[in-house]
Amino acid sequence: MDSAQLLERESFVEKGARERVRRLLDANSMRELLDPFERLRSPWLAMQDIVTQADDGVVIARGTIDGVSVVIAAIEPAFQGGSMGEVGGAKIAGALELALEDARTGTPVVPVLLLETGGVRLQEANCGLAAIAEIHAAIVALRDYVPVIGVITGPVGCFGGMSIAAGLCSQLIVTREARLGLNGPQVIEQEAGVDEFDSRDRPLIWGLTGGEQREATGFVETRCDDDSAALAAAVAEAVKAPPGPLARTQSIDRSLGRLAAIDPSKRMEPADVRDVFAAQR
Amino acid sequence: MTDAAQTARRARGATWLAALTDERARVEGYPASVQVVDAALGERAARYIAVVADADNRFVRARGGEVGLLEGWTLARAVTDAIAADAKRADKRAIVAVIDVPSQAYGRTEEAFGIHQALAAAAESYASAREAGHPVIGLIVGKAMSGAFLAHGYQANRLIALDDAGVQVHAMGKQAAARITQRSVEGVEKLAETITPMAYDIASFAKLGLLFARLGVDDADAPTADDIESVRACLSQALADIGDSRDLSSRLNADGRSASVTVRERLRAQWTG
Repeated sequence: MDSAQLLERESFVEKGARERVRRLLDANSMRELLDPFERLRSPWLAMQDIVTQADDGVVIARGTIDGVSVVIAAIEPAFQGGSMGEVGGAKIAGALELALEDARTGTPVVPVLLLETGGVRLQEANCGLAAIAEIHAAIVALRDYVPVIGVITGPVGCFGGMSIAAGLCSQLIVTREARLGLNGPQVIEQEAGVDEFDSRDRPLIWGLTGGEQREATGFVETRCDDDSAALAAAVAEAVKAPPGPLARTQSIDRSLGRLAAIDPSKRMEPADVRDVFAAQR
Repeated sequence: MTDAAQTARRARGATWLAALTDERARVEGYPASVQVVDAALGERAARYIAVVADADNRFVRARGGEVGLLEGWTLARAVTDAIAADAKRADKRAIVAVIDVPSQAYGRTEEAFGIHQALAAAAESYASAREAGHPVIGLIVGKAMSGAFLAHGYQANRLIALDDAGVQVHAMGKQAAARITQRSVEGVEKLAETITPMAYDIASFAKLGLLFARLGVDDADAPTADDIESVRACLSQALADIGDSRDLSSRLNADGRSASVTVRERLRAQWTG
């Protein structure tokens, strides 16, 4: 993007969850479920004197995209790092479970997940973890009937148990600003030491887990600029795709072969990692 | 923790796997850190799977029984092989995940090569087995932590945990949890006393209603004959309880996670508008 395009484009990353949903859905088709006036707050944050939010940081909405019936679950990046607590987690899991019921009775609804999350909300640890397991279960079951679309644009990225959810999605759409990884940099540094991973080394972090690298190594399908029109077009195309087996999780032998071929004691740079994946294509 | 205690804890997965399968030979073709044994569970055929410590693991960050790249993809292999082998059978073998996993592997190589995708493949294999009609049981004999648990056991139809101080379920170790939530370790421990989902002990976890059973044993590190018998009986009860059900709905109840139930009820009421 040159500077003129940058000034023209409408950023998606800068939008909050509700605005993102509105931008993706066909005009006037958005119907939010369990909106903030339902006052479904986290029961656990209040007990820890942490400010709650009336939607617990998750927006669920039904509507259409190019006429395709969808349900969007959008995580609010600005609330508690997009972390998954009991209520927000149950909103996503519950919506996916209802979409599964519909799919099984012949009225498919395509789920679209806007993933901006550090993973489990540690203040609700085991409730978040349980909800994430339920989200995984629903995504796997849904994929027999409909594609499940994941979108990661940043600024938070997608980590923890929700990165596994991303890995289960039929199609992942990301920006260059997005990051996708199991363990966040701070957690790795804490658990394994700064020599293993320096959480302040931003070029390294984006080099290994950023959208560009993840596209080059086959962990995501589509990369867009941070441009709402481009992202909306990519999502609109993705929701029309037929359901089918997921190459990313079925490539067991190839993945094990790749692991056998590398020397894990060697510290690899992002370009080295790309070479390994390119050689195995 | 002393070295001996550390060794004992790490050995739990392998110990229980061997005990429940009468020391039967492992299925060949899997790496040392993922042990797979085919043996009966009562009248039913079953595949038992444990992730165990391997001091020689090529991936150094996964030497202590963590679920890393190799373990994630291998779990997927072991479960998917069982699904394929039973594809034409009506009575599909049960799958028992014997769980003692201290964490996922934390490392640079792990992130670089997509450990999230390895764990997704493992989680999907268990979920697919369950959906295909394999009864899947998660038996927690030690730690069931975070991403490692999501990849190895959390997709089971039923979860059973030993009632023992060494049995823990959580999303993150205390030090890292303290750093990320900007608290002291003492602060995290204090909160865990009153906030049920933050606690590390199995009695607190049981209150969330996610377990089929919490089972007392005499010695979780070196099970007695009675211990093994009572765990087998409990696994058989879980098998009977699963019946033809294929989802995770038995985990939801208002006593354990009332907000999770309320959210779903209200979502359903609004779903069709």
